[in-house]
Amino acid sequence: MKTSFQRFIEKFVEGLLFLSGTITSFAVILIVLFLFKEGWGLFNETPVEKGSVIALNKSNPVQELTAQQIKNIFDRKITNWKEVGGNKDSIIVFSVNDISNYYSDAELGDSLQFVPQRISELMGKKTGIIAFFPTEYISKNFQGRILAMKKVTLTGFIKDKEWFPTAQPAAQLGILPLILGTLWVSLVAILIALPFGLATAVYIAEIADARVGKILKPVIELLAGIPSVVYGFFGLIVIVPLVQKTFNLPVGETGLSGSLVLAIMALPTIITISEDAIRNTPRAMKEASLALGATHWQTIYKVIVPYSISGISAATILGIGRAMGETMAVLMVTGNAAIIPHSILVPMRTIPATIAAELGESAHGGLHYKALFALGCVLFVMTLVINLTVDLISARRKYSK
Amino acid sequence: MVKDYVKKPKVMAKDVNLYYGDFHALKGITLSMEENTVVALIGPSGCGKSTFLRCFNRMNDLIPSTRITGYVMVDGKDINDRSMNVDELRKNIGMVFQKPNPFPKSIFENVAYGLRVNGVKEAKFIEERVERSLKQSALWEEVKDKLKKSAFELSGGQQQRLCIARALAIEPSVLLMDEPASALDPISTAKIEELIYELKNQYTIIIVTHNMQQAGRVSDKTAFFYMGELIECDDTKTMFTNPKHTRTQNYITGRFG
Ligand SMILES: Nc1ncnc2c1ncn2[C@@H]1O[C@H](COP(=O)(O)OP(=O)(O)OP(=O)(O)O)[C@@H](O)[C@H]1O
Ligand SMILES: [Mg+2]
Repeated sequence: MKTSFQRFIEKFVEGLLFLSGTITSFAVILIVLFLFKEGWGLFNETPVEKGSVIALNKSNPVQELTAQQIKNIFDRKITNWKEVGGNKDSIIVFSVNDISNYYSDAELGDSLQFVPQRISELMGKKTGIIAFFPTEYISKNFQGRILAMKKVTLTGFIKDKEWFPTAQPAAQLGILPLILGTLWVSLVAILIALPFGLATAVYIAEIADARVGKILKPVIELLAGIPSVVYGFFGLIVIVPLVQKTFNLPVGETGLSGSLVLAIMALPTIITISEDAIRNTPRAMKEASLALGATHWQTIYKVIVPYSISGISAATILGIGRAMGETMAVLMVTGNAAIIPHSILVPMRTIPATIAAELGESAHGGLHYKALFALGCVLFVMTLVINLTVDLISARRKYSK
Repeated sequence: MVKDYVKKPKVMAKDVNLYYGDFHALKGITLSMEENTVVALIGPSGCGKSTFLRCFNRMNDLIPSTRITGYVMVDGKDINDRSMNVDELRKNIGMVFQKPNPFPKSIFENVAYGLRVNGVKEAKFIEERVERSLKQSALWEEVKDKLKKSAFELSGGQQQRLCIARALAIEPSVLLMDEPASALDPISTAKIEELIYELKNQYTIIIVTHNMQQAGRVSDKTAFFYMGELIECDDTKTMFTNPKHTRTQNYITGRFG
């Protein structure tokens, strides 16, 4: 008979498990919510940092400019208002530092107290002007027109091709190169790691002498414990020069170097999990195949690998997950150029590397900071989509066999 | 000559000893059987029947640290000889296991497996052979409409008959059956026994069974094993009516084991 004390203990443990389960799930949900809340804030912002404005002459018919157009105007790549839908009039670019080109020191005042007034004057006089200056320089009856800025949009964020989050006057928040960089680096990494990982797993589980396996397995598991900076360092001094020499490139810091380092890092996960799955194939299944005259090799690829396919896909998911989220090693070897990659042999920049490199220097709550959080959300969604796809594929394969 | 009157044995074990590590599982077994006969192996659990059966297609090779001495001959060839190709040997020696062990594939692919791994490509031939094998194992009527379904959707008894069909599909000349009917209901068991009776015309069959009636019904010869030794082997009739050893008699009449 159970005493009431035993029953109490049982209930207590049950309650404890329930509580810790609930708290953990809750915490996970909160973290995701926090990520998305911070990230979503980006789409309430304009690409011009708070505290600064862009202004035009009142007669200028241009109502809106995109961040890209503003950048091109200030880079003197667009020189006439006609190109952005205005009148035929050449553009005069003006920023605060240029003020001394138009006014003498006396006119600006000893302590620059007349600057706002002078800017206002200038805005009224020059029809082709576009000015970028701090909000505090807007004078009482301002002669120009402050340009209304469009908010950052999700489609623009994902589709635009330039990432200069701290550019003045307008931040360029296009993450397409970062998305492509992440995909390239991770997918190539998994393409390299999966065949090698699977082959090693099959070798250890099926072919190698039991003693060899006993030595090999702990060594491989040890690899998983090495910090990623060390892999990055290894990549930097071994793989980067190797890639550069092999492909005769101007620089060795390329997507491929990142993929190779990631592939090495993902190997232990892929090997250990696939090997467990392979070992879990019932002996009866192997014997049935061999008894029908199948060779060991036929048995491996016709029975053992299909039987352990769900374990192998789990290994792949974890491998990709690790590759996509990996930061340090990739940051060290990929060259970090935020340009649209057209081959695996050019410098690339991944999302996690970008976040790691830039979060420290972005102002809390600012445009750049929010953009990095939104970047984190994109990475989260990407990993989610890939996991779901692999899940779906392996579920379907399981059903069909 | 005298020799011509003695039929050459199809399968023969001569002084076979088998060790699992230090454990001496088979002790000096000598047994031979002629073509197109059925031999039943009986004996209490753990006496080495499965182990002995697995000597004939070298399945014990898969278990590390096993060691075998003596000769196991099939068609006059020592199958443990270096020159023996194990895969070829196993094509000629079908096996049905104690527990049903279908592959995680469709019903059709399970039966076709042996043909495919042996390089048969012709679809029509494979289809015909699959159908014939399933008919032989008395499963065809139950599965003919769901050949594409997973073999795991079948009941245990159906799975076992599928495994028999799988073994028959490559037309071996020897069939090893390890308690093939232990998971079947009386009706399927009767079907299997009938099948064994028919197969005798083409195959040499070694069957392990715990069911004395079954041994009596299907076999020509019966071998009684006890603790790794072959106590006696004789015509089934003689064994059941007039065994030489008291141990055999006790076992058959159900006094122990
Ligand atoms: N893989 C193995 N490793 C070590 N010992 C084994 C192994 N397989 C079987 N044995 C031992 O060998 C002896 C014979 O086993 P075997 O499976 O041949 O018995 P069996 O007669 O088929 O019994 P059952 O009727 O229960 O199937 C048993 O004592 C068993 O413990
Ligand atoms: Mg047995």
